[in-house]
Amino acid sequence: MPLRIGIVGVGYSGFDSMTPGLSTRELMFEAATRAYEDAGVDPRKDVQSFVCCTEDFWEGISITDEYMPDQLGAVLKPLCTISSDGIVGLATACMHIMSGIADVVVVESHSKISDVVNPDEISSFALDPIYDHHVSADPRFVAGLEMARYLKETATKREYCAQVAVKNKKNALLNPRGVHGANLDKKAVLNSKVASSPLTELESSKTIDGGIVFVLASAQKAKKLGNHTVWINGIGWSSDTPWLEDRDMARAVYAEQSAARAYKMAGVRNPATYFDLAEVDDTYSYKELQSLEALKLATKGKAGKMVESGTFDRDGRLPVNASGGSLGVGHLLEATGLHRVLEAVLQLRGQAGRLQIQRAKKAVVQSWRGIPTATGAVAVLGN
Amino acid sequence: MKNRVAIVGAGMTLFRRRMLESPKELSFEATRMALDSAGLELKDIQSVVSGSAPDAFDGMHMKGEYLLDGMGGIGKPNQRVYVGGGTGVFTPIGGFWNVASGMYDTCLCVAEEKMSPLHPHPQYAFWSIFDQILERPLGTTLLWIFSLEMRRYMHKYGIKEEEIASVAVKNKGNAVDHPCAQLGAKITVDDVMNSEPICWPVKRLDVSPPSDGAAAVVLATEKVAKKLTDQPVWLDGVGWTLDSTHWTNRDLAYPEYVEKAAWMAYKMAGIKKPRKEIDIAEVYDPFDYKELHHMEGLQLAGKGEAAKMAVDGVTQRDGDLPVCPSGGLLGVGNPIAAAGMMKICEVFWQLRGEAGKRQVKKDARTGLAQAWGDLMQVGTVAVMRS
Amino acid sequence: MILSQKITSYPGHEITPEDVKAGKYLDLVYKFEPKYSWAAGVAISRFLAELKEGRIIARKCMNCERILVPPRMYCEQCFRPTDEWVEIKDTGTINTYSISHVGTDARRLKTPILVAVVDLDGATPGMGILHNLGEVEPSKIKVGMKVKAVWKSSSERQGAITDIRYFRPIGEE
Ligand SMILES: [Zn+2]
Repeated sequence: MPLRIGIVGVGYSGFDSMTPGLSTRELMFEAATRAYEDAGVDPRKDVQSFVCCTEDFWEGISITDEYMPDQLGAVLKPLCTISSDGIVGLATACMHIMSGIADVVVVESHSKISDVVNPDEISSFALDPIYDHHVSADPRFVAGLEMARYLKETATKREYCAQVAVKNKKNALLNPRGVHGANLDKKAVLNSKVASSPLTELESSKTIDGGIVFVLASAQKAKKLGNHTVWINGIGWSSDTPWLEDRDMARAVYAEQSAARAYKMAGVRNPATYFDLAEVDDTYSYKELQSLEALKLATKGKAGKMVESGTFDRDGRLPVNASGGSLGVGHLLEATGLHRVLEAVLQLRGQAGRLQIQRAKKAVVQSWRGIPTATGAVAVLGN
Repeated sequence: MKNRVAIVGAGMTLFRRRMLESPKELSFEATRMALDSAGLELKDIQSVVSGSAPDAFDGMHMKGEYLLDGMGGIGKPNQRVYVGGGTGVFTPIGGFWNVASGMYDTCLCVAEEKMSPLHPHPQYAFWSIFDQILERPLGTTLLWIFSLEMRRYMHKYGIKEEEIASVAVKNKGNAVDHPCAQLGAKITVDDVMNSEPICWPVKRLDVSPPSDGAAAVVLATEKVAKKLTDQPVWLDGVGWTLDSTHWTNRDLAYPEYVEKAAWMAYKMAGIKKPRKEIDIAEVYDPFDYKELHHMEGLQLAGKGEAAKMAVDGVTQRDGDLPVCPSGGLLGVGNPIAAAGMMKICEVFWQLRGEAGKRQVKKDARTGLAQAWGDLMQVGTVAVMRS
Repeated sequence: MILSQKITSYPGHEITPEDVKAGKYLDLVYKFEPKYSWAAGVAISRFLAELKEGRIIARKCMNCERILVPPRMYCEQCFRPTDEWVEIKDTGTINTYSISHVGTDARRLKTPILVAVVDLDGATPGMGILHNLGEVEPSKIKVGMKVKAVWKSSSERQGAITDIRYFRPIGEE
């Protein structure tokens, strides 16, 4: 039997390059207030568990959960940090509900990257301190290595990667959250500054600020909470080796493993034809291609060609990153997975406004934790 | 609840001020020992939960990702759970929901801490736990909140420093029988009283030492556990709670967050009278007064009454309620997350009756492990049964 | 000694201070300096601006009627926005105190720092802030003692918690 956990409320704040007027905590309060209103819950009475997805150095605080309870209504309640992407937070909430710890769980994640002065240096300090950190390059050198290997192994044309950026940035123009929306052509993308060859700047997502809060409920409880529940039917998360040197750089192995678990749970047999909508990792252009293949939404080595031919356009057979994705909207650190689930939830509710894909009933969302990790997660959603 | 959860294996490394092994290697050693003691291989493990406190100790971003292979996490679903000092006991709580939910049949829970890489002193990492705008400019150290809390606790209930010191004497004494212990010693109350004041009323011997180490347990469903062992230890209740960020607005004399966490765990385990039903307790003791403070929050002593129990010997290994028979953080050492997990391991060994010289005198059937963390803020509690 | 009857050996190798001195093991030294410029937010920006003027400001929640300091734009008990700014006094009571002989990096200090949680007058009882004490013999400090803020001069104040130098005892007035 597929998993059945309800997403009964969503709320967000920010979605801007900078949010200088609000502290992180105030940003979270705004998102939480909206999510609770959307779900019709009072956090002081109705919620039994709170999960926050953060990393200390993105916050500039050791032990970030210290600064989380008040603005979520979680004082003197179970709250914890899961140091991972927001979709792993959703998985945690699912397990809290399935094990009877809670009926209603809140999941929060945010990015306040505008508070961080040297984000690249922080990213570099996630590299192995003895073996890899001496490479004192922009941490995107890892993306360059992966992209080069992917292009070589799959014989994908270089310009297909650029088309990913063209598509997603164009989609974002319709999205009120789309900070990095733009109408560009492949030439502009390919001619933009090289980030770490072969990757260019316009093929790299840019970080933005934002706070996102979800309210999840058991199937039974969800029936009593509003009428726009979107269901989590399958969820999976996984990690490949932390050693850069040991990985298969051409593949998103973590996404393959996560998808296999999530699909099994949801009873998805033919992913390529099952979904109406996909939000997949596009932190960098080639990542979307790798991810589509890992999720079995494209045949191995063919994702680029399919992007080029319009299969994954808004009006194509399977709209991929119709929201604009991370390239078009912006990257939200550990909240990236939640952002993409948010976009899918709005679509499945029919509340996506100008972004709306008609008759969208089933969606798959996938996330990656970014350089230098090989950790990701997948959620299968249905309405 | 879908599944009853059993602990089927445990392991830990030596706890020392500075270890040769890298964080990954420490994790591996504890993990390997836990797997061996459960009679399992990594292929039998379906998911991994990892615990390690601030990344600042290692000067490394996303420490959970780095540790992953040492913890057996490659190709597996891995969650790093994190609630500051409460992380050690919270790591198997994370494992609990992995298994109790029916999501996975087996889960490896590993806690590791290497505090020695940070210079000039691991304490420096704690500066950045404070509010960046209102508190850090005052030159804060972690010791402040402890000494401020200890002073308030003493003031409210009229507790003497000597009474508190008896906890350090007991725990360091117990640690003499723990092979991994860093600071086992037979000392006296006078030794504690005469040790140098660091942050009065906190003195040198009131404090547990920074340390390097790792500890691990393996969790399994009832079905799997019964195939593996005749002596599973059941993880029957778990609880955790966070209080407000604004610690200077709180009643520092009483840990309400521990009380709330304890009742969550007790309710789950069907415990109504904790003082009667709990046979042994590994209470979190980074400082000696903290053991007393936490016993009160855990409902194992009335408010302001834990000190008398310590002085009267109730909490000794041969007492009516043995507390920290391992030697606790004060004696075994305090590699933050690993120290909390060490407490889980100790209750596991005690409930199986295999703790050797550390074995408590009474017939222990129900045990408890607890940790604390953050800005005097988080309680994590696990109730275990043989 | 044993860990358990089934586990009689245990792994790990200690590096002693002598080993380190003898250079017996290699190590890698680096400095990690993450840098931040924090947005203080609505509540704390105003709080700091008031400190610069030599005043302490709090926020009031009309629902639970608490006056909160440090101020915040939301009440964590009621989970609703707070309602109004309230100027409170720069006097208060020592809730608890400590005499710190070590600095941030655990190095021993020549002169100990006196620290306290001071419950401020005009805020709801129990609403304290962390600060230093001054102009007092360490042995004379008591829980419950009345204290008053000693401010930097207006030209020195820059909108920081350190605009208050410390709190000093005042007699029962
Ligand atoms: Zn209120």
